Amino acid sequence: MGSEILEQNKIVVVIDYGMGNMRSVAKAFEYLGCQTVISSNPDDIKRADYLVLPGVGSFGRGMDNLKRLNLIELLSDEVLNKKKPILGICLGMQLMADDGEEFGYHKGLGWIRFSVKKLEADGRMLKIPHVGWNNTAIKKDCFLFKGFVQDPVFYFVHSYHMVCDSDDIIAATCNYGKDFAAAVQKGNIFATQFHPEKSQILGLKLLENFINWRG
Amino acid sequence: MIKKRIIPCLLLKNGRCVKGINFTNHRDVGHPITNAKIYDAQGADELILLDITANNENRDILYEIIQKTADECFMPLTVGGGIKTLEDIQKLLRAGADKVAINTHAVDNPEFISKAAEVFGKQCIVISVDYKNNKVYTHSAARKTKKEPVSWAQEAAKRGAGEILLTDIAKEGTRSGYDLEIIKAAVKAVEIPVIASGGAGSLEDLKKAFLEANASAAALASILHFTDQSVIKIRNYLSAEGIEVRIDA
Repeated sequence: MGSEILEQNKIVVVIDYGMGNMRSVAKAFEYLGCQTVISSNPDDIKRADYLVLPGVGSFGRGMDNLKRLNLIELLSDEVLNKKKPILGICLGMQLMADDGEEFGYHKGLGWIRFSVKKLEADGRMLKIPHVGWNNTAIKKDCFLFKGFVQDPVFYFVHSYHMVCDSDDIIAATCNYGKDFAAAVQKGNIFATQFHPEKSQILGLKLLENFINWRG
Repeated sequence: MIKKRIIPCLLLKNGRCVKGINFTNHRDVGHPITNAKIYDAQGADELILLDITANNENRDILYEIIQKTADECFMPLTVGGGIKTLEDIQKLLRAGADKVAINTHAVDNPEFISKAAEVFGKQCIVISVDYKNNKVYTHSAARKTKKEPVSWAQEAAKRGAGEILLTDIAKEGTRSGYDLEIIKAAVKAVEIPVIASGGAGSLEDLKKAFLEANASAAALASILHFTDQSVIKIRNYLSAEGIEVRIDA
């Protein structure tokens, strides 16, 4: 991979809240040389250097599982107060928003001031879910995209998205019917709607950038 | 712009890859992990693994293959074969699958589609529709049903399917081209992506699946196993023909 040397023994904790492909995410970080743990144990989360909130599934169930595992307060403390770097992926990104409307209204973690809405596509030329590889447009100087050329292509699979306004936390957009937030960054909080762990070389590059972020 | 997807499809039997014609006469076409790694290195857009082992006693072999594939290939994996419960799906996802393909159990219990979609999200649930002479078949093409492929695809979509994998049994393994008419009809009938499957034998076949039938993705097997075509050659050809595919893979 890239030229930066990882600090040894940086611990990445992939948060296990029963939603989807934790293993794939963990394997990508292992491939990059990180010590990687899939866990919902508070001690693991506290000793992590980097947190990852992955997720495939529905918004309400994702929040319910975080609640049931008593993770909401703990994660909010690690992320908002201790400023631990975290990467949300797909549903993990959406859960960071204020609220979501998938299978009814649900409150999110509220770390970033966005709402999650259904994708607006016609279902004819543009199918829903949005499944497959699509270009993203990098909108700001974000560490996740360090060393990237414009319009990198990533793998998406989702029916809902974070509503995109002119907010300066948007790191990249994707167009599917209309523009939506493909990646966001707010300080130590990073998130992608696409799946870097499934996006082959460019995806691994983005994950490598994340674990090289030093604030 | 969203890319048209090129998806190699591997059939698994007792831990090996096989390929036949019209769902029978399977011959060995190598080791699944080796094949998967080649496709990944060539920049395949996804990979479909379908377990056609007659009984489901040796499920552990399947989990092991998925785990090893997911450990080494950073592309989306759809896994199918013998799924009957939410727990089956959970286990496959835990092993490293991103999506699951369901045929027989969905036909027998259509409400299972909705249940699975609510738990795992609809994008996770691919409904596999095998058909011949406009009738849907289950049990690896062994059992004929009364359902018709397009209306069944529509019902599956309504119940929460995220994608349709549409396979023409009469074309499968023949390399004689996709059944463009049914693919086209299914694409028009549903709002979810349709993956064309069965019959890809030439570069033109793939072009037609995308341009004439407007499929979102094309599944292919024999053309990769038994001809000198590769994912790289296919992608370059389609791109030169003006079809939006991933070229920086």
